[in-house]
Amino acid sequence: MTDASMTPATAPKKKSSLLVQDARTRQRNAAETRFRMFGMAAIGVGLLFLVFLFTSILRSGLPAFTQTVVEIEFTMTQEQFDTAESKMLKTGEYQKIFVNALTEQLDASGLDVAFDGKAIERIVGKPGGTIRSFFLENPDRIGTPVSFELAASSRVDGYMNGRITRDTLVDSRFLMAADLDLVDALEDAGIVKGAFNWNFITGTDSGVDNPGGAGLGASVIGSFFMMLVVLFLSLPIGVAASIYLEEFAPKNRWTDLIEVNISNLAAVPSIVFGILGLAVFIQFAGFPQSAPLVGGLVLTLMTLPTIIISTRASLAAVPPSIRDAALGVGASKMQSVFHHVLPLAMPGILTGTIIGLAQALGETAPLLLIGMVGFVAREYPETFLGGLTDANSAMPAQIYTWASRADPGFYEKAWGGIIILLLFLITMNAIAVLLRRRFERRW
Amino acid sequence: MSFAKLATSALALSAMAATTAAARDQVQIAGSSTVLPYASIVAEAFGENFDFPTPVVESGGSSSGLKRFCEGVGENTIDIANASRAIREKEVAACAEAGVTDIIEVRIGYDGIVFASQINGPAYTAFQPADIFNALGSKVLVDGTIVDNPHSQWADFNANLPAADILAFIPGTKHGTREVFEDKVLLEGCEVTGAMEAMMASGMSEDDAEDACIDVRQDGASVDIDGDYTETLARIDTNPNGIGIFGLAFYENNQDKLKVATMGGVAPSTETISTGEYPVSRPLFFYMKKAHIGVIPGLKEFASFFVADEIAGPDGPLSAYGLVADPELAATQTAIEAETPMGGGS
Repeated sequence: MTDASMTPATAPKKKSSLLVQDARTRQRNAAETRFRMFGMAAIGVGLLFLVFLFTSILRSGLPAFTQTVVEIEFTMTQEQFDTAESKMLKTGEYQKIFVNALTEQLDASGLDVAFDGKAIERIVGKPGGTIRSFFLENPDRIGTPVSFELAASSRVDGYMNGRITRDTLVDSRFLMAADLDLVDALEDAGIVKGAFNWNFITGTDSGVDNPGGAGLGASVIGSFFMMLVVLFLSLPIGVAASIYLEEFAPKNRWTDLIEVNISNLAAVPSIVFGILGLAVFIQFAGFPQSAPLVGGLVLTLMTLPTIIISTRASLAAVPPSIRDAALGVGASKMQSVFHHVLPLAMPGILTGTIIGLAQALGETAPLLLIGMVGFVAREYPETFLGGLTDANSAMPAQIYTWASRADPGFYEKAWGGIIILLLFLITMNAIAVLLRRRFERRW
Repeated sequence: MSFAKLATSALALSAMAATTAAARDQVQIAGSSTVLPYASIVAEAFGENFDFPTPVVESGGSSSGLKRFCEGVGENTIDIANASRAIREKEVAACAEAGVTDIIEVRIGYDGIVFASQINGPAYTAFQPADIFNALGSKVLVDGTIVDNPHSQWADFNANLPAADILAFIPGTKHGTREVFEDKVLLEGCEVTGAMEAMMASGMSEDDAEDACIDVRQDGASVDIDGDYTETLARIDTNPNGIGIFGLAFYENNQDKLKVATMGGVAPSTETISTGEYPVSRPLFFYMKKAHIGVIPGLKEFASFFVADEIAGPDGPLSAYGLVADPELAATQTAIEAETPMGGGS
């Protein structure tokens, strides 16, 4: 180009220098800034909801982990023990012995608050069962002073953690306003105090009149056995199905149909699997009701599509060159798959499995129909097989049960249960992320 | 390969589990959500006091419980159905068809049904059955003629009631409580207001008129709650104008959130219910399969334990929770001892 032709051309173009933006560039840049803002706002709103969710869960659920206890040392005489054991309602008798012992001690200690045995009964929870099982297991302690820390009633617990105040307390046979003076005095005397609620983590479900005795432990075991069944059934079946479909099956109308139906199955509402489980496993096959085995089978059906879909995706992500190389050096099709493709796809398969398990862990709806929701999780299984077949609940089902009970103390327990369930889910998802980060290969 | 091994072992494991699980060793109970709290209290105490495992108690409502109860006899059916109403002829027939013939009916006590609203809401403090019928009936009597319910506020038909929009949360049809509500409140109100008479005068048969009386309006002022009382409570919490129907025990457990209305001038309490002064109460039952006694360990013991004086009596834990003790408990105890089935005591 010549200088003569250059000068007139550059003169008007001076406006669009890289250093000075023209109107259109500014507009485009502004659009981008706006878009970034929208993006950040969206994330901000999401985070806000998350923070809101977590604070409300923690605020409502943390009280479940502490418990107001009545600490008292008393002696059970052989005579008292024998009388109580001869009664029909033995636990009620132990309760009376306990209330009497506490009343006597308070009388002796000279508290300057007037009270009667009824007030004590309202303050202590339902410790009869605990006391009975202690003395049945330790008969040598009869006749010696034993120190107990026993859960106070749910309303006293509510008063101690601020759920109930003197203003909101309505006199009822559960707790009278006057009892609060006694509670305060007992707290000063160190008899009533807060303690960490181990029973909530290790214990079993309790009757509706005994929120202090409720624990999630048994239903954690129920969930564990269900997940075991899900893992041992859905992983091999899912992986075998995916390998066949992805590596061996011919592409024809039938495999297309199967493929479409697996995707459909993944979208079926979980309650449908519950109905199926009731009809097939309980009514037809005769498996026991409320058993984690049946729950696991139902959840297996639910998890299978998730595992198949993720396994197929990770198998498809292994480059064909790997298969070709294996076949090229003389490996059979099966050897190429099991020696080369599957190990490379494993991180993806495991991630999918763990996410599928996490999904199954949080599922309640199908359990409703096979009898795992209700007052079920009362006993720890004694044997491994018992864990599969004995009636038990699952964590989300237990939370649901607690949330529908009348006593507000159980509402707290439900939130506390959510915290534990979330901890499990977060751990599982973290393992999935870790596996993917560590072992995933990109080509 | 290793997966094949895994699969076979898993299958073997489940097969083994299925065969050893043939004998069920704990009692299975399902049914009314009103009876559930009492049943769970008894089940817990039963497990603590006996060597039998704790029975499993599920919820779901009287009707669905009785439906499961009538599915047949055998270990994979439930042993006991809880119900907050008596079993219907139709259900007995359905049971008989499935082979469930000898059914033992056990009345455990009485329960009051209360009308409660948000503690800070409008002053719903006194109702008559007529008020509830005028508010919720689908057809009511206005100026001598039967019309589709025109009322939108309580004050529209009773100046003593607050001028607040009518909104009631009533138990859904699968709950036994619904039947009591229909019989003791709607039907009663229908008769008192003269609507029933007017319906029959217009040529309806008595049965048709009764059906029309217990028909609730469908325009959103009356909401069926199919869940538990906690769901009703949650709805009341968000609707200051709402009135909810609860069991007495549930209300007593949530007195800091709810205020209760009198019915016919009587405040609900265990005393007024046991004397019969409070009009809206009903007996609670459980139904037991005689064929399962001796097959399911602990079934009869559980039933006798349930109605023992120490449990269901006036000083027992059930009364402490809110059940009104049955004055004829002794008769029930003998009936269980003798395993007397319903219908003629054969």
